[in-house]
Amino acid sequence: MSARAAARVEITHEVGLHARPSVKFTKLAKTFAADVEMALAPEGPWFDAKSIVKVMAAKAPKGTILHLRASGEGAESAVNALVALVERDFDEAAEGEAHVRTA
Amino acid sequence: MSGPLRLTGTPASGGYAEGPIFCLEGGAVSYVAKGSGAAEAEALRAAIEAASEQLAALAAASTGEAADMLEFQLAMLTDDSLSGTAFDAIDAGVPADEAWSDALVEQIEGYEAAEDEYFRARAADLRDIRQQVLDALTSAGDRIAPPGAILFGEDIAPTRFLATDWSAGGGIALSKGSSASHVAMLARSRGVPMVVGLGPVPTDFQGSALLDAEHGSILLGDASEGADLFRASAEAFAARRRAAEDHLRKPAMTTDGTPVRVLVNIADPADVDGIDITTCDGVGLMRTEFLFGKELPDEETQYRAYRKVLEWAVGKPVTIRTIDAGGDKPVPGFTVEESNPFLGLRGIRLSLARPDVFRVQIRALLRAAMHGNLKVMFPMIAVPEEYARAAALFAQEARNLADTGEPHSIPPLGIMVEVPSVAIAPELFSDAAFFSIGSNDLSQYVMAAARDNTAVAALNSVTTPAVLRLIASVAEFGTRHAISVSLCGDAGGDPAAIPHLLEAGLRDLSVAPAQLALAKVAISGVRL
Repeated sequence: MSARAAARVEITHEVGLHARPSVKFTKLAKTFAADVEMALAPEGPWFDAKSIVKVMAAKAPKGTILHLRASGEGAESAVNALVALVERDFDEAAEGEAHVRTA
Repeated sequence: MSGPLRLTGTPASGGYAEGPIFCLEGGAVSYVAKGSGAAEAEALRAAIEAASEQLAALAAASTGEAADMLEFQLAMLTDDSLSGTAFDAIDAGVPADEAWSDALVEQIEGYEAAEDEYFRARAADLRDIRQQVLDALTSAGDRIAPPGAILFGEDIAPTRFLATDWSAGGGIALSKGSSASHVAMLARSRGVPMVVGLGPVPTDFQGSALLDAEHGSILLGDASEGADLFRASAEAFAARRRAAEDHLRKPAMTTDGTPVRVLVNIADPADVDGIDITTCDGVGLMRTEFLFGKELPDEETQYRAYRKVLEWAVGKPVTIRTIDAGGDKPVPGFTVEESNPFLGLRGIRLSLARPDVFRVQIRALLRAAMHGNLKVMFPMIAVPEEYARAAALFAQEARNLADTGEPHSIPPLGIMVEVPSVAIAPELFSDAAFFSIGSNDLSQYVMAAARDNTAVAALNSVTTPAVLRLIASVAEFGTRHAISVSLCGDAGGDPAAIPHLLEAGLRDLSVAPAQLALAKVAISGVRL
């Protein structure tokens, strides 16, 4: 399989990609067989979206545009699911206003 | 055993404990190197696994914030990226404890250098993770504090707190530590007495101690002298706490069964973090001056602050007061220098004089109104035209937001009753959705006694007949015209003033969070 998918999404959660959201984000990423990577800029650096150590190290605050890409089985579902989670403010706020554009 | 030793520090969680001392750092076992790289790697793997199992067990037995923290620590600990550099170092001949410690130091320093306060605070979690694995490597974590012990040392990890059985009492006494730490928050929520900042402490002390976390001290050693007094204080404290907690959990009601709504005054969105929303009826006054500290805040900063409090209140009313700068609250770049600032360009007068600044706040409020039960009030209203002009600005900005498709809604708009002209002739202001009596300013203007002048402080009292008569007439006007009337000054939380305010007809009081329990106790003693 050489499925590939990519998207970007704005973090609208109040304190950014902090501890609780990072736990949810990486847990969700790990449910997919595809390799999933994230970056804070389109040119990278890219890192493993399944590693909470790496995701937290990005220290992404509110307003960051998160770039996601995946390759392998279920790549598109993985990217879509992660974008949806960020859009829903990680299910922590009553309402979110994420803006997404699929690349 | 030498004579008793008394150390003083800062209370981080109130209460009293009497029991054996358990030294946190005492009895530390140093790591014995295993000899081969393979054995070192195996020792680290086993220690990480042991620490993970312990964390998982703790997480399963925890709820809320503690469970979130433990789950985060567990996710970090079980991520191979965390230990990768440690195993590399072991391959290069470094012993397991040093390799692990070095790998974590790198992570800890990364978080300590973060700009964002939230990410900076995660350094404590990483230190905790480091310690748990080191304890597992040396079996130091196997030392269990006896029931009712006072944990004594430099600092304490949150996991150590959570792994301790507090059902038999006990407490925490630290030479360092902080009352803002995660452990201090946990201690307050569990009612575990805790004192921090005791300074250098003996690390090998054995015996029992008396911990007074109401005032912040610990007495080590033979305490026969002060034990009776200590126990009497402890009992009195426990009785006060039980009475206050009983009232805090119950809706406020007078002796004859008249319900009274008690809301809180907050000055900063962070204030709500320490308040249980189920113990109050909402926010009666959210000040917005804090946003205007150093520079004028942008719309997004304000919107986030308002939204945070609205979401916290889960549908209960939140009354936000538009910027009340001037008077004793100058804001650089906004307020003006005046010879008599309390009678000058302050509150709504200043906002209307600077519509550029006011419109930014209005837009943030209109957008935030989508996230809860928002009410907005204007300070220092003296004539009806001021209310009309402010309300018109809300309508205009709502149209502007509608044009750009931004979600928003116009909240009920009310006024502060603090200038005597409003209290004397409330019928001129019947367009307002609600009244909120600012008792501090109302009494200073009625009594002509400045709030910030101690020489006339005795005159500045809400319980003088003139002020009480005005409050009663505003309350009566509100009842007749179905305009809700609340009070949000310091008097609302003053047990001596509360009976007078209820007799004057008020049924909505907004008080400082620290006064919530006391105000409810005072209300319960009033017979109307």
